[in-house]
Amino acid sequence: MSISRRAGRRGPRRFTRRDLAVLGVLLGIPILLDVFIVWGPTLASIALSFTSWDGIGDIRWVGTQNYENLFTNYPQFWPAARHNLLWLAFLGLVATPFGLLLAVLIDRGVRFSRFYQSTLYMPVVLSLAVVGFIAQLIFSRDQGALNAILGDTEKPTDWLGDPDLNIWMILLAAAWRHTGYVMILYLAGLKAVDASLKEAAAIDGASEAQTFFRVVFPTLRPVNVIVGVITVIEALRAFDIVYAVNKGRNGLELLSVLVTDNIIGEASRIGFGSAIAVVLLLVSMGFVVTYLVQEIRGEKNR
Amino acid sequence: MSRRNLLRGAAVGAGAITLPSLLAACGSGPGGDGKTITMGSNSSDPVPKKAFADAFAAYGKQSKDGRKVKVNTVDHNTFQENINRYLQGKPDDVLMWFAGYRMQFFAKKGLLHDISDNWGSYQGFSPALKAQSTGEDGKQYLTPYYYYPWAVFHRKSVFQEHGYTAPKTLDEYITLAKQMRKDKLVPIAFCDKDGWPAMGTFDYINMRTNGYEFHKNLMAGQEAWTDKRVKDVFDTWRSLLPYCQPGANGRTWQEAATSLQKKEAGMAVFGLPHPGAQFPKAEQADIDFFPFPVINPEHGQDAVEAPIDGFLLAKKSKNLNNKANMESAKDLLKWLATGEAEDIYLAGDPNNIAVSDQADISKYTPLQKKAVELVSGAKQISQFLDRDTRPDFSSTVMIPAIQTFINKPKDVDGLVNSIERQKKTIFATED
Repeated sequence: MSISRRAGRRGPRRFTRRDLAVLGVLLGIPILLDVFIVWGPTLASIALSFTSWDGIGDIRWVGTQNYENLFTNYPQFWPAARHNLLWLAFLGLVATPFGLLLAVLIDRGVRFSRFYQSTLYMPVVLSLAVVGFIAQLIFSRDQGALNAILGDTEKPTDWLGDPDLNIWMILLAAAWRHTGYVMILYLAGLKAVDASLKEAAAIDGASEAQTFFRVVFPTLRPVNVIVGVITVIEALRAFDIVYAVNKGRNGLELLSVLVTDNIIGEASRIGFGSAIAVVLLLVSMGFVVTYLVQEIRGEKNR
Repeated sequence: MSRRNLLRGAAVGAGAITLPSLLAACGSGPGGDGKTITMGSNSSDPVPKKAFADAFAAYGKQSKDGRKVKVNTVDHNTFQENINRYLQGKPDDVLMWFAGYRMQFFAKKGLLHDISDNWGSYQGFSPALKAQSTGEDGKQYLTPYYYYPWAVFHRKSVFQEHGYTAPKTLDEYITLAKQMRKDKLVPIAFCDKDGWPAMGTFDYINMRTNGYEFHKNLMAGQEAWTDKRVKDVFDTWRSLLPYCQPGANGRTWQEAATSLQKKEAGMAVFGLPHPGAQFPKAEQADIDFFPFPVINPEHGQDAVEAPIDGFLLAKKSKNLNNKANMESAKDLLKWLATGEAEDIYLAGDPNNIAVSDQADISKYTPLQKKAVELVSGAKQISQFLDRDTRPDFSSTVMIPAIQTFINKPKDVDGLVNSIERQKKTIFATED
């Protein structure tokens, strides 16, 4: 950036051979990395999804067979797709707003707010896999803390083994971490809101709620965007926690887990796994494109 | 460069970048001197790791030519997950792996060295062992080392206290289970959170009902899962489920073994090392087992499920192109095939039993001796469901299928139809 601007001021002739070499290296390395780490594997996945390959033998083209198989003949696929969307909805509609609520409460300076702030932030420093292990200590049927507290020894609830229940327990555990993350981001945003805005609103006779929704919240727009993006990313990349709990089976299926199940290991079904990866890519693209369109429109309206 | 090669290159490159291949880094050894053999080990747990180290050290000591083993240990799961790339990349000369289908698969792909000439000199191995070490082409590829039979485990003290006797038939098994329930015990400890432990029960019910041949053919994809014989297996299993610990899909094998140890549960279908790992030292002598009961008298208790671990020679190992190295590697295998070599290992890891009948069983625990009896009396030895069939079938189809069955045992028809449909697509990719 700075090089080209400087070059622009002094005229294009100032590009020496050395400048060009530096530019070439500086631009070339990221482009190469981008091609090899992002585009290469992406395109390879798409190509491989139309083949059958076990990682050793020949690659055979099989057309759309993997996809047909996936949609009609793979019992884990639809639950996994549903869970991915549920994950997104839960984080977006429950955990994120809850994080905002906590941020607002702490920002208003409730008693012991520093204590709450650090307690709620604590899980953010843990890896999601570790959160998964902690969740098992709490929710395990025979030896878990929750059943011990409930004192339910006759017919203990199988929090992690019951496929109708376990996804919710894991969502709670994931939200535990996500909420703290969102809270800290909003706290930073709230600190930056100009106090005079609130005063002006108060003088105009706005209630607390009105002040928040009409005045404070709109000024948080940049934070909202970041939080939105983080929520989508967190939801789509969810993997480690379910893998730590039960390898993402029996009610905890996610697309990312199915990709891993099929591709990693001996005699891998690389073609089939790639087809699932492409579906995950499409789902992600759906959100990325929506986000970009929104952003570009937002920029224009401003 | 053809398009196919280009594509494959791109894919392998992508795989190498996105999935850090830890194993590739371990492939390079000193090699050149013809006397140092590199060994790819998946024994990352401390007990077997130490026991293997003892065995390899003993090999170096007895070798008159100054041959020695250099071990590259990789975390067990990482080893499993990377085995494909490992065998195709720069593998060690010798590696640890499993008998049966999972060995045959790689043999068929040309990734292993034929060691039939070694087998000519091996002694003390039963025909069943040889069969499990043989590829589909009739040549041998594996040097077996130890195995661990599966059976129904229980505590002696619990059986004594209540006056139970080991059941011989399924009816007696159920009668015993009913009695245990009256005595406020969970009759059968049961777990499948890890996805594989319940496979042992499936295998046993299947082999007791339909025999070993059917098990083998079913696993090889040659029988239909919609066959009445498979449905019978699930029906029998359903009749046992009321006596099994509920919530199996949320319980690890460690937790199930613990409930056996705490005398909350009366019995459990396990492999030899499983209860051993969860029982404190003082209570080890209290572990006992009986063979899985008879269901169909025609097959009796002929088959025993006993996964075999052993050693393979990797074809892509560069060192093995060297004659001296190859000789050293085969010499190592020959030594590992002796009863003495197995004794050294088992002294450090008493949760398995030696495959060779020349091994010294005088130091075995009574439980190990009983296990030897069980295996040597077997007419057929099966591996485990996931070692007797294609790994992609067992992990992507059978694990979820059995977990579904545990959740909804009534819909057997829907289940076997779904298994059969998926099986067809997976086995259809066979070259």
